[in-house]
Amino acid sequence: MEKRVFFKGWKLPLLLVTPQLIISAVFFFYPSGQAIWNSLFLPDPFGLKTEFVGLDNFRFLLSDSYYLASFKTTIIFSVAVTISSMLIGLYLAALADRLIKGSGVYQTLLIWPYAIAPAIAGVLWLFLFNGNIGLVSWYLKGLGYEWNHNLNGDQAMFLVVLASAWGRISYNFLFFFAGLQAIPKSILEAAAIDGASFWKRFMSVVIPLLSPITFFLLVVNIVYAFFDTFGVIHTITSGGPEQSTTILVYKVFSDGFVSQDLGSSAAQSVILLVLVGILTVIQFKYIERKVHY
Amino acid sequence: MKKIKLFICTLAVFAMFSGSIAQAKVQIQWWHAFGGRLGELLNEQVEKFNASQNKYEVVHTRKGNYSETLNAGIAAFRAGQHPNILMVFEVGTASLMAAKGAYVPMYQLMKDAGQKFNPKGFVSAVSGYYTTTDGKMLSMPYNSSTPVLWVNKELMKKAGLDPEMDLSTWKKVGNALDAAKAKGIDMPFCTCWHSWVHLENFSAYHNIPFATKANGFGGLDTELAFNSPVHIKHIQTLGKWAQEGKFTYMGRRNEAGKNFRAGECMLMTESSAGYAGIKKAAKFEFGIRHLPYYGGTEAPQNTIIGGSSLWALSGKSAEENKATAAFLAFLSRTDIQAKWHQDTGYLGVTTAAAKKTKSSGFYKTNPGTDLAGIQMMRNKVTQNSKGLRLGSFDQIRGIIDEEMEGVYSGKKTAQVALDSAVRRGNVLLRRFERANK
Repeated sequence: MEKRVFFKGWKLPLLLVTPQLIISAVFFFYPSGQAIWNSLFLPDPFGLKTEFVGLDNFRFLLSDSYYLASFKTTIIFSVAVTISSMLIGLYLAALADRLIKGSGVYQTLLIWPYAIAPAIAGVLWLFLFNGNIGLVSWYLKGLGYEWNHNLNGDQAMFLVVLASAWGRISYNFLFFFAGLQAIPKSILEAAAIDGASFWKRFMSVVIPLLSPITFFLLVVNIVYAFFDTFGVIHTITSGGPEQSTTILVYKVFSDGFVSQDLGSSAAQSVILLVLVGILTVIQFKYIERKVHY
Repeated sequence: MKKIKLFICTLAVFAMFSGSIAQAKVQIQWWHAFGGRLGELLNEQVEKFNASQNKYEVVHTRKGNYSETLNAGIAAFRAGQHPNILMVFEVGTASLMAAKGAYVPMYQLMKDAGQKFNPKGFVSAVSGYYTTTDGKMLSMPYNSSTPVLWVNKELMKKAGLDPEMDLSTWKKVGNALDAAKAKGIDMPFCTCWHSWVHLENFSAYHNIPFATKANGFGGLDTELAFNSPVHIKHIQTLGKWAQEGKFTYMGRRNEAGKNFRAGECMLMTESSAGYAGIKKAAKFEFGIRHLPYYGGTEAPQNTIIGGSSLWALSGKSAEENKATAAFLAFLSRTDIQAKWHQDTGYLGVTTAAAKKTKSSGFYKTNPGTDLAGIQMMRNKVTQNSKGLRLGSFDQIRGIIDEEMEGVYSGKKTAQVALDSAVRRGNVLLRRFERANK
């Protein structure tokens, strides 16, 4: 049963949505309108002259093999960050949930990394893996493994995924832990009496009951991997080597603010806007259906 | 009580009065990219200028690294909040030059302000970078350096080599690296600024074009040309050394400097301005050599500069432009330039400063510090050795770095990588040409 509320007249409802409309207009419609407008022009950096080029900026982008590769990089990066941080978060939450004593201490300690800003996290991991002074790279060298993420794209990708996922594990842990605590013990006990093993109970009782939280985390983590990992990538690899860690958002930044190619940067923003729109629709239309509330 | 009131009033009036005196000084803004020791030395120059007269006051602000400073300046210009003087690194020169109307050319600024200014007083290899093809100087050279070869003499001895051995050609360097590797030296060779040293300066030094149309001095329709056989030979050699563990890649900028200063790297190619840092940190005996070259070519021609120049941005009052002119004239004074040269390892950009440094005996007590200057001025500059003037060059350097990483990691041959860099770079040059027609 859906509940519907009707207002008499239109003044009050309009008044009530106005703040949201203003915020949307200022922080969303105006900038995205500007991006769409700018994507049709080729300006010089100083804004002294500009030329209308139609869809040339898009044509330029789509013929750039590195831009196309950036899509693949973004997918690999986002999937790796989302899955690794969610699995580890769930694993830790399941362990903490079984604790009888001291779970508060574990919770606090596990949540700590979330308080660290992405750029700081990036620098921390960079220190550990730094080719000159890094502790981890020094040990790896001792084991006969050559670590140089300045040159090896796979190692660079591993490092940015590690640094990005690290802070997210805390966040995912917190939500999974709350979700696990909310599952009524009686259901699990009933399953145990029916002879279900721990693994069986986990898979067929706990996982389905966690699905609303899992879905929420999936959306939030993908958005995070897409947009909030800028600091990590900027501090650790600056998108290199050979653009192997240049995700779409980083490319918008480096083309727009480092190379001053504002036309191309605006066109990339527009493509990103469309992409995120599609992604959101898919998530809510198809994946949400499988979620039990 | 009344007395106190009177006292406070007097104070207030006095404060207002002194405030108006301070305001009577023309204040100008300078945005730059220097922190650390260089920032202190820069601050010293500004304080000296402010104390030397009472008409003008310079306020300086650090805006991050070179790229960030340029970007901050451009963004501020768009918003009409730009400083009077902007420090722009050599890579951004073409972008500024193409933005006619964004700056007041140096010769114009000095003429309008009635400042005495002699463009001929500057070392031509330096000022040429910032001068139009018809001889008009557009910006004021500030800090300039050129790449040299740094030698860790102790590691040379450890490798069983004579630390004073001839390292003038890459072939001889290669032999030294072989010997070092055989003796178990971990990092025989490392380098900073890959594109700048191994392609840009390499081209000038061997008198071959980096780009057509006199490396872009001749017009915006220039095309990259650094995929000639000599270029490919050199990059392939570096790639081979990387594969054989004789050359370790530490990063695109000056990361390798750390390894040299820590005594890990035996031979390093890096800017002559690495001097201050190496002298301070190195706990071993080091030497400075000329950049190596290949025999059977036109090398050694001369190397080109890296560094920055100061641009007077437009849209400021005549009063403020006068202040800017006075400050820039102050900076080009011989005593200021000579001190800067000796403190930092940057080149003396005026011939008088170089002469003064020489007569002071500085080069004798600090051997090798004169090599950079000699290397830059050893021959009359040619079309290929005047410098580079390419649009979107920061971005093109990024492309070159990427492609070279492919060679060092063994994924690409030098031929494939350089061809690809040329092709991708040309796309950007065409785009720049179109935006700046």
